[in-house]
Amino acid sequence: MTMTPPAPGAPVVYQDPVRLALSRRRARRNAWVGMGSLVGFTVVISLLVSRSPGWPIVQETFFSREEFIDSFPGLLTAFMLNVKIFLIAEPLILIFSLVIALTRTLRSPIFLPLRVLATLYVDIFRGVPTILVIFLLGFGVPALRLQGVPNSPVFWGTAALVLSYTAYVAEVFRAGIGSVHPSQRMAARSLGLSVLQTNRYVVLPQAIRNVIPPLLNDFISLQKDTALVAVLGPIEVLRQAQIDASSTFNYTPYVGAALIFIALTIPMTRFADWVQARMARRQRAGSIA
Amino acid sequence: MSARLLEVSGVWKGFDDHAVLRGLDLQVDAHQAVVLIGASGSGKSTLLRCINGLESVDAGRIVLDGDVEVTDPDIDLDLVRRRVGIVFQSYNLFPHMSVIDNITLAPRKVAGVRAAQAQEEARALLDRFGLAGKADEYPDRLSGGQAQRVAIVRALAMQPELMLFDEITSALDPLLVGEVLDAVRELKSGGLTIVMATHEMGFAREVADRVCFLHDGIVREQGSPEQIFTDPQEPTTREFLARVFG
Repeated sequence: MTMTPPAPGAPVVYQDPVRLALSRRRARRNAWVGMGSLVGFTVVISLLVSRSPGWPIVQETFFSREEFIDSFPGLLTAFMLNVKIFLIAEPLILIFSLVIALTRTLRSPIFLPLRVLATLYVDIFRGVPTILVIFLLGFGVPALRLQGVPNSPVFWGTAALVLSYTAYVAEVFRAGIGSVHPSQRMAARSLGLSVLQTNRYVVLPQAIRNVIPPLLNDFISLQKDTALVAVLGPIEVLRQAQIDASSTFNYTPYVGAALIFIALTIPMTRFADWVQARMARRQRAGSIA
Repeated sequence: MSARLLEVSGVWKGFDDHAVLRGLDLQVDAHQAVVLIGASGSGKSTLLRCINGLESVDAGRIVLDGDVEVTDPDIDLDLVRRRVGIVFQSYNLFPHMSVIDNITLAPRKVAGVRAAQAQEEARALLDRFGLAGKADEYPDRLSGGQAQRVAIVRALAMQPELMLFDEITSALDPLLVGEVLDAVRELKSGGLTIVMATHEMGFAREVADRVCFLHDGIVREQGSPEQIFTDPQEPTTREFLARVFG
């Protein structure tokens, strides 16, 4: 079959059929080679592992089928508490951290106390390990036996996560605000918009868009860190796994808990990657703005 | 003789230990188009930013319309900026808003115009500057010339009495300069008062009522385009023009 190429300057996309066939063949071959290499590699590794002398005991201790079937439903139920902690903590973190970040950008001297407070807060809670904050609040506050203050470990665990993560996320927002080019602020001010209006309509929408990938990253981190609340005793997924494991001396429940976390974080990670890639594409397309 | 719209007297402005404006004087009457020429760093942009209150001056006075002193430390600059529009070299459109939202933001939020009316006025302006089909596009889909015309429309939507143009064609592909200059011609013929910093000497000659040559932070020489371009008096002016026209 022969094809005549279109006339020079014709408004079409044209590729020589011979070249096209060649590049298709090459792509197919690359796909097969990649697949074959991956399968071969997997087979070799699994053979090496399963043939090694210690494998049966490792398998029995960490990957026991019966233990898994026994413990998994209980783990899933317990995981609902992690989900609840996450769903309560995340919106609070977003709101508080945005307020903190905005406070740190205030320039008027009358706001100096607020600015100092916000800076101190971020410095302190970024410096203290999250688990220490959880100990401090979760064990410390109930020990005060204050009237009308909740004693629930879930409450104080969640509060500690919010305090700790707000400091981090505030810094993410602050970086986002800093990433908006000063000429945008200038353009808005030159049109007569006040400082407040400039922030609300011009700076913040761009700032938030710029920090969506790192924000998603912090979400993922928070999902995992809900397990830290286990140290206070509520039956969330890690604590449940610990109870199961200590009654049988089999560690499969820990692996089950790990699988549950992975099942949630992998989609989130892929989503974050996808958002990041999409934004990078848009950025290239809009490089003049 | 028409009324004096802008009076700049003895303005000094420095950055760190470098003085950019050194006691500059400039008068602009209503409906005049004044073009500022001069080498990069001669203070053209700084002067425009001071007139708009985007930079504060170190000394001197800038008075608008005989009664509003831009350089008064206690003045509400937002009020000044409603009356003075400025367009920048780099367009500075808001990338997260459509063209129509870019244009109507200030009329709605600052001037308190109703959304429907602001949109109607914006569409009329877009039409006037050949951008009728672009209302719902985002800035990253516009060519440089279109983006700069949108920036002009955005400043115009606040109905300023005085329009400042800061080298608005310097970032453009040479093929796109013409359409932006056409927009300025259109404004000039509509009687808007214009102060424009530019390197487009041909355009300056055609459109300007007066050309001011800035050198070492002052207006070294000014006059009609005819006089400045064909019979400059100052040696520095002659030297500058010789370099520009090669």
